[in-house]
Amino acid sequence: MSVIAFYLFAISVITGGLFTVISRNPVHSVLWLILAFLSAAGLFVLLGAEFVAMLLIIVYVGAVAVLFLFVVMMLDVDFAELKAQMAQYFPLALLIGVVILMQFALALGAWEFNSSASELRQNIIPDDRHNTVALGRILYDQYLLLFQIAGLVLLVAMIGAIVLTLRHRSGVKRQDVVGQVSRNPAVSMELRDVKPGQGL
Amino acid sequence: MTLADFLIILPELVLATLALIFLIGSAYGGGDKNAAAVSWCGVIALILMAVFVGLRGSITDYSFGGLFIDDAFARFCKVMILVSAGVILLMTQSCSARHDLSRYEYPVLILLAVVGMMIMVSASDLMTLYMGLELQSLSLYVVASMQRDSIRSTEAGLKYFVLGALSSGLLLFGASLIYGFTGTTQFSGIIQVAVSEQISLGLLFGLMFVISGLAFKVSAVPFHMWTPDVYEGSATPVTAFFATAPKVAAMALIARVLHDAFAGLAVEWTQVIALLSVLSMFFGAITAIGQRDIKRLMAYSSIAHMGYGLMGLAAGTAFGVQALLIYMVIYVVMNVGTFSFILMMERDGQPVTEISALTLISRQQPIKALSLLILLFSLAGVPPMLGFFGKFYVLKAAYEAGLIWLAVAGVIASVIGAYYYLRIVFLMYFGDEPIEDVQSMRSPILSGLLVASAAIMLIGIVNLFGLEDAAQMAAEVLVG
Amino acid sequence: MEVFILFAPLIGALIAGFAWKIIGEVAAQWLSIALLFAAAASSWLLFLTFDPSAHAGGYYTVTVLRWIESGLLSTDWAIRIDRLTLIMLVVITTVSSLVHLYSVGYMDHDPQWEDGEHYKARFFAYLSFFTFTMLALVTADNLVQMFFGWEGVGVASYLLIGFYYRKPSANAAAIKAFLVNRVGDFGFGLGIFALFFLVESINFSDVFAAAPDLAASQVAFLGVSFNAVELVCFLLFIGAMGKSAQLVLHTWLPDAMEGPTPVSALIHAATMVTAGVFLVCRMSPLMEFAPDATTFITVLGASTAFFAASIGLVQTDIKRVIAYSTCSQLGYMFAAAGVGMYSVAMFHLFTHAFFKAMLFLGAGSVIHAMHHEQDMMNYGGLRRKIPVTFWAMMIGTLAITGAGVPVWLLTLNEVPIGFAGFQSKDAIVESVYGAEAFLSFWLLIVAAVFTSFYSWRLIFLTFFGQPRRQDIYQDAHESPITMLIPLGVLAIGSVFAGMVWYKSYFGHVDQVGNFFGVEVTELAAAPAKEEGADDLSHDEALHTDHSAAEHGSEKAHHYVFSGRPEKGGLYFASENTRLVDAHQVPYWVKTAPFAAMLLGFLTAYWFYIRNQSLPQRLAANQRPLYLFLKNKWYFDELYAAILIRPFLALGRLFWRGGDGRLIDGGINGLAMGVVPFFTRLAMRAQSGYIFTYAFWMVVGITVLITWMSIAGGLP
Repeated sequence: MSVIAFYLFAISVITGGLFTVISRNPVHSVLWLILAFLSAAGLFVLLGAEFVAMLLIIVYVGAVAVLFLFVVMMLDVDFAELKAQMAQYFPLALLIGVVILMQFALALGAWEFNSSASELRQNIIPDDRHNTVALGRILYDQYLLLFQIAGLVLLVAMIGAIVLTLRHRSGVKRQDVVGQVSRNPAVSMELRDVKPGQGL
Repeated sequence: MTLADFLIILPELVLATLALIFLIGSAYGGGDKNAAAVSWCGVIALILMAVFVGLRGSITDYSFGGLFIDDAFARFCKVMILVSAGVILLMTQSCSARHDLSRYEYPVLILLAVVGMMIMVSASDLMTLYMGLELQSLSLYVVASMQRDSIRSTEAGLKYFVLGALSSGLLLFGASLIYGFTGTTQFSGIIQVAVSEQISLGLLFGLMFVISGLAFKVSAVPFHMWTPDVYEGSATPVTAFFATAPKVAAMALIARVLHDAFAGLAVEWTQVIALLSVLSMFFGAITAIGQRDIKRLMAYSSIAHMGYGLMGLAAGTAFGVQALLIYMVIYVVMNVGTFSFILMMERDGQPVTEISALTLISRQQPIKALSLLILLFSLAGVPPMLGFFGKFYVLKAAYEAGLIWLAVAGVIASVIGAYYYLRIVFLMYFGDEPIEDVQSMRSPILSGLLVASAAIMLIGIVNLFGLEDAAQMAAEVLVG
Repeated sequence: MEVFILFAPLIGALIAGFAWKIIGEVAAQWLSIALLFAAAASSWLLFLTFDPSAHAGGYYTVTVLRWIESGLLSTDWAIRIDRLTLIMLVVITTVSSLVHLYSVGYMDHDPQWEDGEHYKARFFAYLSFFTFTMLALVTADNLVQMFFGWEGVGVASYLLIGFYYRKPSANAAAIKAFLVNRVGDFGFGLGIFALFFLVESINFSDVFAAAPDLAASQVAFLGVSFNAVELVCFLLFIGAMGKSAQLVLHTWLPDAMEGPTPVSALIHAATMVTAGVFLVCRMSPLMEFAPDATTFITVLGASTAFFAASIGLVQTDIKRVIAYSTCSQLGYMFAAAGVGMYSVAMFHLFTHAFFKAMLFLGAGSVIHAMHHEQDMMNYGGLRRKIPVTFWAMMIGTLAITGAGVPVWLLTLNEVPIGFAGFQSKDAIVESVYGAEAFLSFWLLIVAAVFTSFYSWRLIFLTFFGQPRRQDIYQDAHESPITMLIPLGVLAIGSVFAGMVWYKSYFGHVDQVGNFFGVEVTELAAAPAKEEGADDLSHDEALHTDHSAAEHGSEKAHHYVFSGRPEKGGLYFASENTRLVDAHQVPYWVKTAPFAAMLLGFLTAYWFYIRNQSLPQRLAANQRPLYLFLKNKWYFDELYAAILIRPFLALGRLFWRGGDGRLIDGGINGLAMGVVPFFTRLAMRAQSGYIFTYAFWMVVGITVLITWMSIAGGLP
């Protein structure tokens, strides 16, 4: 059963990737990409890594792919023209692709599995706890350093996004949360005695 | 994980914390008005850390279960990185306004990039390597496009980002291949598996992909294409930064990976490094001839210089690494001086970077012109300037390792390369009458750095300031 | 003091060369002269007070600075002081200071320059610079330092020969001197390389100490095996041949007379040309182990003596006559050195410096008086016009021809009485006979006849007879005092130098040994023959007894040299008994030089005083011989035909074809054609499109992995 599922997902990943590249309509490409992500998530489930599978779906399908979809739809890029240009380089690209493919066939064809490989694979799934817990233990213990650096990387990404895009225009009204909340009637309200028939 | 682990990464920790304090402090109070203060604090912090790291004992320590290593090699490179970053930040500070860089995020990003570089040179695990590399790269992508109103700067940042992502992809792919074939990401584990007699082709492929990804960072041919565009497009202080500390970090990282993890495959990787080296030297030298913009020229110059650095690495010996380290120090000093000069070039208050603007500049600024002349001679490798000794070391390393063809190629490339350096000297001293006068900005810091680095080029020949011994110690820790 | 002697001339040269504009030309001249005289005084002080036995090994060194440190090669710049050096120091500084002084008068109003042109300070700078390099040569403590001095004197010689740079002939002579010396220097250089290769050191002490080992080792070159020490000595001697103008490499010396006369006196008579002799003597520890090379030296020296003297017979230029005479006298020195009598070679060098310098300065004085006319055929009867010069020249001539009292007539406390040349030349002739080199002996005797003839011919043509050019004769005038003082000082040396130091150079083994700091050992079992009753130590009775090691007036003392190669100013192998042999030659041998001198004098008197038409008739009768001698044995023509023309043709071929077309064309083609082509190509690749960049990266990685799968990895 799991073997059938594996091949199903594997074929689906490859098909998704292939059509992402060759599909004429960019929107279709993104949809194919989402298929590939989903299939990959399925492969993770087969491996017993449910948490990672869910992450993949939430982050990649839910956020990244949707973002892609927006970008592709909103940018006015003539993909047909780009594709036409690509055709120009196609023979060369094909040559290089074939060469790389052959090299890897050569390299991976000679790959001998270590006798302990399958055992190692089973080790990934701890019996006594959820893999969310297991991941957490690794991330916050063994790989704390890397986790923190990853945090810094994300921080830099955030700074970058702000630095490169945030512009302060003058004359724009903004919310001043502290100011707004800390207003009190004495300051922000003025009582006027309006005489009838006169107005302010 | 104990306190000892944290003590080992103390310099990185301090700098990262400082960066966060600067960031939050400025974001909540003062904004860009703090930029100068933050820059100065950053300079001081970097220099202090350099002193701290430099004076730190002579032991080799691992921390976080072998993810991070602190040894003499790492310390040597860290000092180099910290000092050069500090000096570049200082240079930026003295001309930030005109380059649209007087923003507090700039020093913060530089500090974070430095943290990334320090992690790179201390990496003893493929994952640490990648995290350090990404932290550094991402910071650099941002600073490259920091002049967001300039199309060129934006273009530079984008190109750098996209190609950097590609190189990261290559690196990651290589790393996963290595993991797949060795079953570990730790260098100490890899080196036990990666022995010449019984390697699989896949492992070699993994190594090739990792080398490619790292070669991108040192802009070795054919992974160099981003360099000229990014150098030209970025603000000049940023270019100066690109040309110094990140190159040191990436070079050190390559040395670290090759010697710490793949010493057993030296026969294989030395040929590849030698190929990259010879391509870089020739490509850098030949292409630089056609340049009209001095920043672009410096880009090709740095490509060629990285070729020489790789030559030391290609030797595959402790002396080769020593030569590489010495070469990198000299290279950084030369670049600091040259970029100080470039930063001072201006016409009507605007920075200029055309080479033709240097025509007959020796008449107006004899001292600056003379300093630049010394630096250019040194870059070209004319004895008795220090640059010659740098080249001499790597050539000797290659020669002693039996790579005579590589040494000969290096000499030929340096002859070709001398042309474009000396052409600038020719323009400065004997060119035709300039159409427009070029002024030079008054800046005591930049002039001081220019003259100081030129002086180092001359005085350093006495004993290289004792650099040899330190570099030898660092190299022997890595290779021995 | 040693350092002062060495560097005083350099300071003088620098001041005269660079600071004369500040301090004035006159001040610059006198300053350099003062420095030279101070150096000369210091040298004499050292020379007279030096006691070899006070220093271990008979010498001491003064280290000036660490000079070269490279691999195996490690050497200091050090001053080696021993007797050999001191002799040279005295000769150089004395002659140089006198020549400096002389030049003040001689170079005044030189016709080569117009009024108001400055040339004197430059001349003095060159002279002082030459003196410095010569001193550096003789004080050297190692071969490379010596080579520095060797090349330095070459440069100074070049500058001074070509001092009259407006004369094309002077320029040509300067270049010729330089080029011919190059040939010799090449040999010298090879010798140094060979020594360094064999000994791995270039310091004299190490090299000398290794001499016995070298004698036992072989050097293979191009499949031929040579004895190491023979090869080294031969190569070094080639250097000496070039510098000392010995046969085959002598052609530059006569032409060098194009330089001002003081230069000829200083460089081409007294000092630089004797550097070759000095080199052979300095290398005596090696030479002693190289019998074949030294035989070659003897034969070549004697041949040169004969050959140069024969040319001197017919030359008419006063300076050229003296130049050939120099060449010939140098041959004598080499002949002595070749038979192992280094002390005698140095003796002749020492005396020769005085009288030859004086002859040159005297000739200069004549030339000065005759308004730079140098052809003797235009002189005549000058003794009345310039009497001081005349007497100086007479003393010089008596000295060079070897006038003295034959030893069997009278000696003064065992020292023969006579002019300086008499002592030293006789010593050489006796040494060569004592060494049983009979061919060389006869060559030297004939050369002595020739020497006497041409020297007297010079005197008779110049100072006697009727003035042949009345116009110049009328204006002839005695030289100024600055030129006459040096003549006087040198005259004293020419007369007494031989007698005063006779015993030190050519006395008994113990005397010579003490003088040069060579260890001597008393022979206990010496045959106690009491034949030395008379004052004549050179008793013919002894020459039957060759086993007797030494014989002297201190009858009980018989000594042999027992020094070690690395010690002492010179080295005599313990089996070197030439000194004893020389004293035991037959009387006819001792008289032969005197007879030769007399014969030459009488012939000259006959030819040029009594029967003045004879020379013309003889020249007409024996025309081929006359032309052969007149044209200097056709050496220049021979060289032009077999060397210069082919080499010029070859040079032109390489210049036009090789250098011009191939190399220049190739480099230019490469620099202007190929490189820019690649530059354009590379710049086109830099398209600015990300996909191009990415494409190249992918190509790069493809190439790398393909290479790996082909070259590496596969088990």
